[in-house]
Amino acid sequence: MAVSTAQASAPETATREIFMSEALREAIDEEMTRDPTVFVVGEEVGVWGGAYAVTQGLLEKWGPDRIVDTPIAEAAIAGLGIGAALTGSRPIAEFMYSDFMGIAMDQIVNQAAKNRYMFGGKAKLPLTYRAPFGAGTGNAAQHTQSLEAWFAHVPGLKVITASTPYDAKGLLKSAIREDNVVIMFEHKAIYAMRGHVPEGEYLVPIGVADVKREGDDVSVITYARQTHHALEAAEQLAAEGISVEVVDIRSLYPLDTDTILRSVRKTHRAVVLYEAVRFGGFGAEIASQIQELAFDDLDAPVLRVGAAHAPVPFSEPLEQASFPGTAQVVESIRQSLQGVY
Amino acid sequence: MAEQQPVSTNGRAGGGDASNGVLEQLSDDQLRWIYLIMRRIRRFEETAEEAFRAAKMRGALHFYIGEEATATGVCAALDDGDFITSTHRGHGHCIAKGARMDKMMAELFGRTTGYCGGKGGSMHIADIELGNLGANGIVGAGIPIATGAALGSKLRKDGKVTIAFFGDGAGPTGAFHEGVNVAATMNLPAVFVCENNQYGMATHADFANAAAIHNRGPAYGIPSASIDGNDLFEVYATAKTAIDRARRGEGPTLIESRTYRHKGHTVLDQKNYRTKEEIAEWVARDPIERFVKAVNESERLDEDDFQAIDGQIEREIEHAVAFAEASPWPTVDVIERDVYVE
Ligand SMILES: Cc1ncc(C[n+]2csc(CCOP(=O)(O)OP(=O)(O)O)c2C)c(N)n1
Ligand SMILES: [Mg+2]
Repeated sequence: MAVSTAQASAPETATREIFMSEALREAIDEEMTRDPTVFVVGEEVGVWGGAYAVTQGLLEKWGPDRIVDTPIAEAAIAGLGIGAALTGSRPIAEFMYSDFMGIAMDQIVNQAAKNRYMFGGKAKLPLTYRAPFGAGTGNAAQHTQSLEAWFAHVPGLKVITASTPYDAKGLLKSAIREDNVVIMFEHKAIYAMRGHVPEGEYLVPIGVADVKREGDDVSVITYARQTHHALEAAEQLAAEGISVEVVDIRSLYPLDTDTILRSVRKTHRAVVLYEAVRFGGFGAEIASQIQELAFDDLDAPVLRVGAAHAPVPFSEPLEQASFPGTAQVVESIRQSLQGVY
Repeated sequence: MAEQQPVSTNGRAGGGDASNGVLEQLSDDQLRWIYLIMRRIRRFEETAEEAFRAAKMRGALHFYIGEEATATGVCAALDDGDFITSTHRGHGHCIAKGARMDKMMAELFGRTTGYCGGKGGSMHIADIELGNLGANGIVGAGIPIATGAALGSKLRKDGKVTIAFFGDGAGPTGAFHEGVNVAATMNLPAVFVCENNQYGMATHADFANAAAIHNRGPAYGIPSASIDGNDLFEVYATAKTAIDRARRGEGPTLIESRTYRHKGHTVLDQKNYRTKEEIAEWVARDPIERFVKAVNESERLDEDDFQAIDGQIEREIEHAVAFAEASPWPTVDVIERDVYVE
């Protein structure tokens, strides 16, 4: 591969700022240009331009053979991806909302994840699933979930998610080039977030975490939109002389345990922050790895911060309080520093 | 009715009037109720749209304006204890099943006094006591639930019928096939009512459905019908036949009701996948205006009747908004409540 895969952060020289949705579109467009077997399939990806505008304009550019609108049929969308991937295409299959992956669960979990293994390594599935997730939009319990832990739990699936337009583009390009099934979760609340994305081509490797802010006193291990809450909290606490390191894992599986441990061994304290229901969420895996592998380095128990044990409520004051916000992250960091829970 | 025979909408007892004689089967009270419900639906949504544009509510609002005759005609043929399952575009079904607009409005405003205490919002209003088993954010998901309600009725021998309302966009789902097939194999008291408003988001119904939904009855061995969903009388007559049949234990029916949403997919939709001409054509076939015209011609109700109902609705609407706005916001201590029976 001619392109560097080692680049983990945006180069200082980058000046171009674009939305996360545009960054994702560029990733798809560039990979479609690079490889004629890449195509997009999903609901409203063509005429409508994608529920979150990621594929806007691509139907006009690529036509209906490569931007394939489907009826409402999530199991079929998941299966279309599998069948096409098994036979030589490189599909990008979109779920309009990750909540609807429930309908496609058999195809994703029993088929996509396991085919290669069950077939004794004789099949290859160069398949990317994309799905918006996350709360804060007022769309209530069936359109706001964070279900990434379900998928990270299944061997055969890789699971990634980005907090910046730069990472989103680089990660999605890597996913499309992967010969494995990769699920990219895209947080709805940051599609319209702007960030540096350089003109030239680059990749962000799957399985490599990124330290988004360096600090000495406590590590916040997080991903997707919550990374921004962590950064805001770090900024606030910096004014009080508290130095917070923010680690964006970017990839749930494979998980970059080395970067996480390096951070925790430096700060001796860890707050694991995620937007999914706290109980049984992916943060439990991170917390467990930290205590197993860095127990002696810890000055306080690893703290998990996640959403309430409830579906996401509709009403704004309930919804906003149901998942972590910056104030709660600040509070949790203080708790970690004081060792009081 | 013989098994597997399509419900005929042409062979209805034909009177000479615009309703093909159906109007004569309805009492004056029923006609008043039908007008009341259709106008309530329209005024409720017009009011909700204003509130949304004034930033008094948030989330996704899917308007039923233009489709009122389907929910109203079907529910007019139901008994009070019967059940319905609904969709993301559920305000009309909810009102036609007898819901209170103040509690609906309060739900849209996210307040404690709403149907769901603010936890559900527009897409999840339910009133189990009224037999409304819930609007639904998942396309097609209400169909197997309706089948389950009908199975429960059959096992309990409670004599009730369940309606599954769903859109043309649900036709392609696995839930549709599984739900309808199971109901047919078990001969359950269910009626599947597809509201074909021509589009699911920007996708045309004919693009999404390889075979028209009303043509699928024979595949499941059940009657099916295609009707003008903007003709209240045709909806009522077809639904009545299907509901009576279900109640007699003769099994489910599939009805495709052709209609149109005057508004965008959601309150925010401004996309151009429909022509102005097409929208104008359907607006000209407004179901409420057609109903009023037919009733006027029959001289069964007069202007005073309609005006009295309009006046009542305006008072109800004014109250609903005032009630919603004055209602308290839920407090965070309820977030983890109602997840389980305590
Ligand atoms: C399973 C599922 N897939 C996709 C969606 C997103 N979505 C919401 S409404 C809609 C269109 C539904 O069309 P239709 O059933 O015809 O109902 P209409 O909106 O026209 O009333 C889509 C795709 C969803 N809510 N559920
Ligand atoms: Mg539709």
